[in-house]
Amino acid sequence: MSYPHDLPTEYFEPLNREITGETEFARETVTYWQDVWRRFRKNRLAMLGLGMIIFLILLAAFGPYVSRVSYSDQDLTRTNEPPSRDFWFGTDNLGRDMFIRIVYGARISMSIGFVATFINLTLGVLYGGIAGYFGGKVDNIMMRIVDILYGIPIILVVILLMVVLKPGLTNVFLALGIAYWIGMARIVRGQILSLKEQDYVLAAQALGARRWRILLRHLIPNALGPILVTVTLNIPAAIFLEAFLSYIGLGVSAPMASWGVLASEGYIAMRSYPWQLFFPALAISFAMLGFNFIGDGLRDALDPRLRKG
Amino acid sequence: MVRRLISMVLAVWVIATITFLLMHSVPGGPFSRDKALPPAIIRNLEARYHLDWPLWKQYVYQMYNILRWDFGPSMKYESRSVNQIIRDGFPISARLGAVAVALSIMVGLPVGIISALRHNRWQDNVAMGLATLGVALPSYVVAALFVYVFALKLGWFPSSLWGTPKHYVLPALALAGFPMAFIARLARSSMLEVLQQDYIRTARAKGLSERVVIYRHALKNSLIPVVTYIGPLIANVFTGSFVIERMFGIPGLGRHFITSIYNRDYTTIMGTTVFYSVFLVIMILVTDLTYALIDPRISIADERK
Amino acid sequence: MKTKKLVAVFLALVMVVALGAGCTKTQTTPPAQDQPAPKEPMVLRYNLGVEPETLDTAKMTGIPEFNAVLPALEGLTRIKADGMPGPGMAYKWDISEGGTKYVFYLRDAKWSNGDPVTAYDFEFAWKRALDPEVAADYAYMLYHVKGAEAYNSGEGSVDDVGVRALDDKTLEVHLETNAPFFLDLCAFPTYMPVPSKVVKANPDWHASAATFVSNGPFKLIKWEHQSILEYEKNPDYWDKDAVKLDKLVFYMVEESSTELTMFETGEIDYADNPPLPEIDRLKAQGVFKVSSLLGTYYYIFNTEKPPLNDWRVRKALTLAISRKDITEKVTKAGQLPALAWVPPDIPDAKPGPDFREVGGNYFKDNDVETARALLAEAGYPGGKGMPPLEILYNTSEAHKAIAEVIQEMWKKNLGIENVTLTNQEWKVYLATRDAGTFMIARAGWLGDYNDPMTFLDMWVTGGGNNNSRWSNKEYDALVTKARLETDPVKRMQMLHELEDMLFADGAWPIMPIYYYVDSYLMKDYVKGVYISPLGPVDFKHAWIDK
Repeated sequence: MSYPHDLPTEYFEPLNREITGETEFARETVTYWQDVWRRFRKNRLAMLGLGMIIFLILLAAFGPYVSRVSYSDQDLTRTNEPPSRDFWFGTDNLGRDMFIRIVYGARISMSIGFVATFINLTLGVLYGGIAGYFGGKVDNIMMRIVDILYGIPIILVVILLMVVLKPGLTNVFLALGIAYWIGMARIVRGQILSLKEQDYVLAAQALGARRWRILLRHLIPNALGPILVTVTLNIPAAIFLEAFLSYIGLGVSAPMASWGVLASEGYIAMRSYPWQLFFPALAISFAMLGFNFIGDGLRDALDPRLRKG
Repeated sequence: MVRRLISMVLAVWVIATITFLLMHSVPGGPFSRDKALPPAIIRNLEARYHLDWPLWKQYVYQMYNILRWDFGPSMKYESRSVNQIIRDGFPISARLGAVAVALSIMVGLPVGIISALRHNRWQDNVAMGLATLGVALPSYVVAALFVYVFALKLGWFPSSLWGTPKHYVLPALALAGFPMAFIARLARSSMLEVLQQDYIRTARAKGLSERVVIYRHALKNSLIPVVTYIGPLIANVFTGSFVIERMFGIPGLGRHFITSIYNRDYTTIMGTTVFYSVFLVIMILVTDLTYALIDPRISIADERK
Repeated sequence: MKTKKLVAVFLALVMVVALGAGCTKTQTTPPAQDQPAPKEPMVLRYNLGVEPETLDTAKMTGIPEFNAVLPALEGLTRIKADGMPGPGMAYKWDISEGGTKYVFYLRDAKWSNGDPVTAYDFEFAWKRALDPEVAADYAYMLYHVKGAEAYNSGEGSVDDVGVRALDDKTLEVHLETNAPFFLDLCAFPTYMPVPSKVVKANPDWHASAATFVSNGPFKLIKWEHQSILEYEKNPDYWDKDAVKLDKLVFYMVEESSTELTMFETGEIDYADNPPLPEIDRLKAQGVFKVSSLLGTYYYIFNTEKPPLNDWRVRKALTLAISRKDITEKVTKAGQLPALAWVPPDIPDAKPGPDFREVGGNYFKDNDVETARALLAEAGYPGGKGMPPLEILYNTSEAHKAIAEVIQEMWKKNLGIENVTLTNQEWKVYLATRDAGTFMIARAGWLGDYNDPMTFLDMWVTGGGNNNSRWSNKEYDALVTKARLETDPVKRMQMLHELEDMLFADGAWPIMPIYYYVDSYLMKDYVKGVYISPLGPVDFKHAWIDK
């Protein structure tokens, strides 16, 4: 087998686009996204996932306004009650309604999920993409920075953040921003390292496409599979990270609680009051399934090779 | 390659330096206690561990110790040195980690490949559904459930502690859960990509048997994301998991990464961090070398651009 | 119907018996006659919970470390089952008039390496713990000894420390002031002897079981870090006939749910601190037991921060919570509502009622009416105009639940709407508390010795543990006076006066919530374990009755 890059680069000369005009793409961007949406809509599981996530968003946004009790209302005479008509998900150790607490928790955990996804898809993908595509010295420096971020004990950073900032979600987002994209960056870089040696990249280069364009329009879309897997699996990891951060003192103040915090409180009570673990875990699993269905659907819809007629 | 090695050493040095600055800037010290110690005693303790030195001198001293690979005495466990703590804990964590990593690769990889080959059929859906639900529970919940079912209710395995092969089963399973799911999903998705590539179609069109197509051509090229993930995974899992070791009462190294920080045990923080970092940068180098093995076109020392 | 009733009565009986067994501290004299010689070795397995920081008695500060050396080592005295100090390495002692000079007479006892235990071993151990170079955390426990503080602070000479071996078997001790609890202290690890010959030859003798030397009821035979400690009966112990167990095994499992599983599968016989949500179930099974623990759980007010600089606000907040609800519904282990500061079970000057019973309570629980009136008087009728308050606690499920309940009670009872809860990681919390940058902080205080002074002297102006920053010159003067007082009745009277001052108008630096209890799980066949109200556990007289 012979590899295209074994040919001396002098043999090639980028096309002058002013002469040849835009020959590179047959499709318009608009139709591209319309196309994606059409394919996505056809995928039943993907639409179900979308429905699940929209349901959770609506619940998180409006649920608290509809309910008559608050997440903090205690009734010490009705602690640790199993699910019933009064309390759909039972009550916790202070007689608070678990259902309402989970609805409020959705606000925190869903926003954590979205922020983690956003950070992964922007910072993580771009960073990894640049390192992988430009390679060499750039890659070496960028990847050593990633190693350093991997190596520094994140708890120390988190404790420092807690001291500097007031408690709240901003802290958690910041902690996610510092630590939560390195896995993604490495995955993307690994993919790009391999993809950039493929024929179509060379073809695009020969056609005079800019480097950025090649990276964004050719390489990253072809690495979508691993990217989406990483994004979706990083969501629960982020939700649990938030629970751990709240242990150290970051995040929202009690009595407000995220799903992660509810689950980690619930597991201690697992044997006597299993519903205190079951329902938060159910909520996380529900969101996870939703995100996964969307992720899989997107992957199929965005796949450049499946994009025919 | 030499340049790469130098950059690795630099990375470890930067990690150690940042860690040093961080641990001296977070509130609380190794001797802050619920019951305040008299000032004279604090003075004696600080003198003993050189904490009365100016910060730059402490830094130089600690860097010198790192070079000698002697991290000094633990400030929490007064009769043990940090080297001894690593020597005691690491072999245990590494053995458990090896089992867990092996398990997650040996199960995750085939499951992912089979899912890809049976794309959107029931095998795929069941496997991916399980993989999704498996990661929706944090590892301590999984561990607690395992202990409850397999140790307490069924009595098949010991609930905790360390020693016999039986002691590996539950913690290794709990530890392998998340990476197994991750590897299965990564393998599946990149296998799906690869199977649609032109050269696979070509190979199939040439009438090569499905086995040859999959094992000779597809599998190798779908491994890159999995390898990317496994490199740091080995560094993480071999040095121990705080949660799993705590849940199962395993005398490994994992807990020290976390508890040394809670205790502000400066020498142990530095020792464990440097130990981990060295392991990590080596594993990442190995990962990059493996890329070249899988796909000879990839060259990390590539300087052409 | 009838059978149901019978079953209920039976269950109730079982519970009463079980609870009774839990409350009685120990049975010192087991029925020796009808106990057949055990065929298989008698082993007790206990979960110590954590790796001991060290087994060097000079440097240890925590209960797990004390528990780890208590089987293997013995001081001049050993605490008996009734909580009073009894003979240990010393078989008798003389106390001078005024209580500042002690002479101990040592019995013929041996270290496990065959060396005799001598008075020099004690002198050496105490002076070693005080050596500034050794830098022992708990050296201040020895500050009662004359000249000890000066030597430890680098201001005095080792020769002026008031401990001296007159000969191999006689130890003379001079104290700074009268300390009625000194014999209790003599059982404390910091006061335990070390084998001076071994220590001089190998300063790290305490770091492994192979080189550790014992003089107690058991010998340390195994120490696997973070895993296991093993002891076997010491045949050379002076009181070996009282020791029934052949072997003692300590595990170091930290996670309480795993510990519970080990208890339920029978891998351990005895464990501390069962998980809070399981308490109801474990109580019903009769394995959940409590014993008294000298300590108070409380909130500290930062008396320098408005509106908490007004004592009426502090008192109002203190009165407006229901401790009954907190102890019955939240903490559940059998803690007692604290309506004063010094916990029960500390003896008063005369035998009979303890210090708490003599002192009585200082306020009523859940006294919402008085609280509202006080708050109105302070200028915040119905909570109106109240600036935001903040409760600081270190992360733990229990602290969080208590803070949440108190937040709700202040809201309901006083109309204070704006109370935020802040949790911090332990050492950050300590730093915040010590720096005084909090408003209200959760805290707990456990006594160091069995005397009210260990609770009262912490509130002196500028005291290292006085995080409320409350200051009262009269209080400071009375603490000093009580320390010098040699008449026990007068001294105890002064201690009562001190506590009165904490809850007088203008004071109220703290809000007591409950008195601690030591809660644990113990199989019914475990007998004779003595759990000290100061925390440590003594297995000397323990046995298994299977």
